[in-house]
Order: sequence, then C-alpha cells, then structure tokens
Amino acid sequence: MDYFIELFLGGLTRGSIYALIALGYTMVYGIIQLINFAHGEIYMIGAFVALIVAGVCTIYGFTGVSVLIIAAVAAVIYASAYGYTLEKIAYRPLRGAPRLSPLISAIGMSIFLQNYVLLAQTPDFLPFPSLIPDFEFMEPVAHIIGSPELVILITTFVTMILLTLLIKKTKVGKAMRATQQDMNMARLVGVNVDRVISLTFVIGSALAAIGGVLVASYIGQVNFYIGFLAGVKAFTAAVLGGIGSIPGAVLGGLVLGWTESFAAGYISSDYEDVFAFGLLVLILILRPAGLLGKSRKQKV
Amino acid sequence: MAEKHKFLEVKGLTMDFGGLRAVDSVSLEVCEGEIAALIGPNGAGKTTFFNCVTGIYTPTQGEILLHPKELPTRRLNGLKPNKVTEMGLARTFQNIRLFSDMTVLENVMIGRHCRTHSGIFRSILRGKGVREEEQQIVETSYQLLEKVGLADFATEFSKNLPYGAQRRLEIARAMATEPFLLLLDEPAAGMNPQETAELDQLICKISAEDRIAILLIEHDMKLVMNISNHIYVMEYGKKIAEGSPQQIKDNPKVIEAYLGEETDA
Repeated sequence: MDYFIELFLGGLTRGSIYALIALGYTMVYGIIQLINFAHGEIYMIGAFVALIVAGVCTIYGFTGVSVLIIAAVAAVIYASAYGYTLEKIAYRPLRGAPRLSPLISAIGMSIFLQNYVLLAQTPDFLPFPSLIPDFEFMEPVAHIIGSPELVILITTFVTMILLTLLIKKTKVGKAMRATQQDMNMARLVGVNVDRVISLTFVIGSALAAIGGVLVASYIGQVNFYIGFLAGVKAFTAAVLGGIGSIPGAVLGGLVLGWTESFAAGYISSDYEDVFAFGLLVLILILRPAGLLGKSRKQKV
Repeated sequence: MAEKHKFLEVKGLTMDFGGLRAVDSVSLEVCEGEIAALIGPNGAGKTTFFNCVTGIYTPTQGEILLHPKELPTRRLNGLKPNKVTEMGLARTFQNIRLFSDMTVLENVMIGRHCRTHSGIFRSILRGKGVREEEQQIVETSYQLLEKVGLADFATEFSKNLPYGAQRRLEIARAMATEPFLLLLDEPAAGMNPQETAELDQLICKISAEDRIAILLIEHDMKLVMNISNHIYVMEYGKKIAEGSPQQIKDNPKVIEAYLGEETDA
C-alpha cells in the first residue's frame, strides 16, 4: 500500500508541474488559438535565471529557503519579461495573419531561444543546487513523500488557486474571459485586447518559470534543452485535458503524471512515455476535444 | 436642425473591398437627442458603414468625426475599436454577440471596465479603492439591468436567456460603456411583435432619459417610422435619400429601391 501511495504522490507531484506549464499553453491557445511552442523555452530560461541568481545569493551568504524565494522571484520576473517580449516581437505583428504563420514563428522562437542559451551559457548540463531543504517534520513520512515534493505540491496548488481567483474574480480576469469568447466584441466594449494578450503571456510565463525553478531544484540539473521535453509533456497534458480549458490543463497534467508514475512503478520506467502518449492517443480517439474541452464551433 | 449639436458627422465615407465598393461616399449626421435610422435593402452596405464608424474597418476614404460636448472633435478613422468605445460610441450587432459563458451581470460589468481606472496590478492586489470601485460597477450594472428589465436574471449565464432578452442585454452592455451615441444594428431582428414593441419603448426611453443619441439599422419599417426623427436610405452602397419619416415614405426613389427588392424575392 505504501508503494501505491508513493507512486500516487509521485504522480501527483509530476502531474502538478505538468499542469503548471500546461496552463501557459492552454491560456494562450484559448485567447489567440496559437500553440506557443516557445513556452517550454520560457520554462528553461526561468530555470537558468534561478540557477544564476541562486549562485549569486549563495556568494552573498544567503542560505536555505530565502535563496529559493529570491531565485524564484527573479526567475518569474525575468521569464515574464521574456514572455511579454516574445508576444510583442514574434506574434503581435502576425495578428490577423493565417494561423500557420504565428505557429511557424513560434517554432522559430523556440529554436532561437534554445540556441541563444546554448551560446550564451553552455551546451553542458549544469548542476542545480537543491534549493528546497529537507524539513525535519517530514522525516516520519520521508519514505513516501520528500520535502521537495511537498513544496512542489503546495506551490502549484496555491498558484493555481490564485490563478483561478484572478480569472474568476478580477476585472482583468473578466477581460481575459471576454477576449477568449469573442475578441472583436471585447474590443467593442472597450477592452484593450492587446494588453489582455500581453498579460496572458506574462502570466503563462510566470507559471512556467515557477515550474522551471521547482523542477530544476528537484532534478538537480539544467541545460538548454530541458524546455523541449517539458514543453512536449505539458503540451500533451493541455491537449489531453482539452486545450483552451484551464481546469482541463490541470486535470490533463494530473492524469498524465499519474499514468507515467504508475506505468514506471508497476511496469517499467522505460515505458512510461509509451503509456503517457498511448493514453493521449486513446483519449483523442474517444474524445477528440480532450477531457474537458469543448468542440468549438467555427465563428464566421 | 442647424442649431442642434452634431455628435457624429460622417463625410463622404467610402469603403472598398478589393474591387467592390461596399460604401460609396456616404455622408450622415447624428445630432444630440436624435434617433436616426439607416435603412435600405439587404447588402446595401449599412453594416459595413457601422463597421467603419466603430473601427472594425478602416475606411478607404472619407472623414468620421465625433464632436463630444465640451471636448475637442476627434477623427475616428483608423482608431481601434476599444479607443472608439472610449470616445463614447457603443454598438450592438445584427447577430447576437454576447459573452455566452459569462453571467448576465458580468456581461454588463465588462462594459463598465473601460470607464474605470484601476490598473492590472492594483486589481490583482485588490486594495480598498479597487473593491469600492468594483462595488460601484456592480451597482450601476444592476441599474442598467433594471432599465432593460433583466435584473432578475443577473446570475444566469447569458446563453440561457431567451432571444429577446439577449438583445436587450446587448443594449445594456453597450450602455455600460457610457456612450453618448449608440449604434444599434437591427435590434429588432427576429423579434415577435410584442418584443418589438417593448424594444421600441426601450429605445425611446434611452433616448429620452439618458440623453443618448441613437443611430439604428432596421428592417422593421413600423419601428423605424415610429421612433426615428431622421432617416437615411442606402442602396448599393450609396445614400439615395434622407429626411423625416414622412418625406421618406413619399420618396419615389425609396419606394423603387424597396419594391425592386420585393420582385427579387
């Protein structure tokens, strides 16, 4: 039973990270119907910034959780700026262009950002300090769930609640929902749609950066390529849950995390990706719009 | 009419789509306190005209001037729709375009937001000022809903409202942006006679109580003749007549345009 719980919690941790990144894909898709392929790179940049800032903090004598928090805040700010700029230079000029054009632009930005980090930093894997300390109170259950998992779970959970509140309760959230439902009409009731789109990118990037810091600290290494696999997995999660749907991204992330965790635990870790993508194929056959997705009618 | 304050002044508006001239140098004015109507057979370019005025299209030629009271004249050509809305011009659509997955109240509240000033960060942090502002938005939105008779449905999703109510909600949402000029694109389309009569009253009420000038596109001639002070007639992109309802009724060109349409059908 302990083994089952361990796998369950492991899957939950993994899934919540996928969900965190998947939210960025799904929010952007919901608003401008663009698959932002460069989203994984934003995650990677977040991890790199955290690594650099954590290094600097350690030199100046900070220790423990304070380093994690400073590094995470820096990563969020930096990655948000990247997300904002990305939208401004790569997608905004193509607003109104056929849908394929921004998609190509997204792939281009993804390749560009990877190579930029490759050249500016290093092609090698860099060790990432484990910024999350082992809490003493976690010791009795440490064989089932470690401190890093706990921190990841709490962080993602709190972040998602904040996001939900933002979207449901605030003025900007309302503007985002309106833009998602009918962009031109939103303009006509006075919503500054361009600003809403920028903000969506900023929020998505911030979430990805949080994910980047947590994962890098958990796994213990980063390189310029980590964004790709994380991006593909999170994208899978978003599609699984129904792209464009925010609860869908969370559910998709968790389902994917559990599938991988149980497949790795009970069958073989070599096959975890096979099961993850096999599940995606199965769900897309049965529910083409994803678990919580709505089949969108094409507006004329 | 000369001494009345002109709110909207359109001079020689032309809109080309490739080789097609959808609107051909149309001039039009809407004055304070006036209900003006734009009529004409299907495909005459009425909606295109609206789209030019509200910033959805940038006109090929011509001037669209807005003369707000106590503010300098603004040229609307090429402004983005949200800027046009900020200038004090609101519109509804021929086919209903509500935010269907939002509640009735939220649909109206979103219209208010362009008149409030708390920025992104302040609205996330939800300081005291923001909460008070939000409270005010809710109150004024309720007042608007009451005006259009939908206050009881405030928490319903707008997609669940009956058709006529959705139309009225669109008007309430447009009013929420505090316009001084309201453009209504076929507000009575698809309504039954009773709903049309209610709409008739609502439009007159908005015009009289809120001092909002109205320009409407409408096919329901009874409604148009009942409520408008001034009528413009378009056919094939051109303005073929203008005048009071009586003048329009007696105008041979208008009769020809409409009878021509009937033989087509």
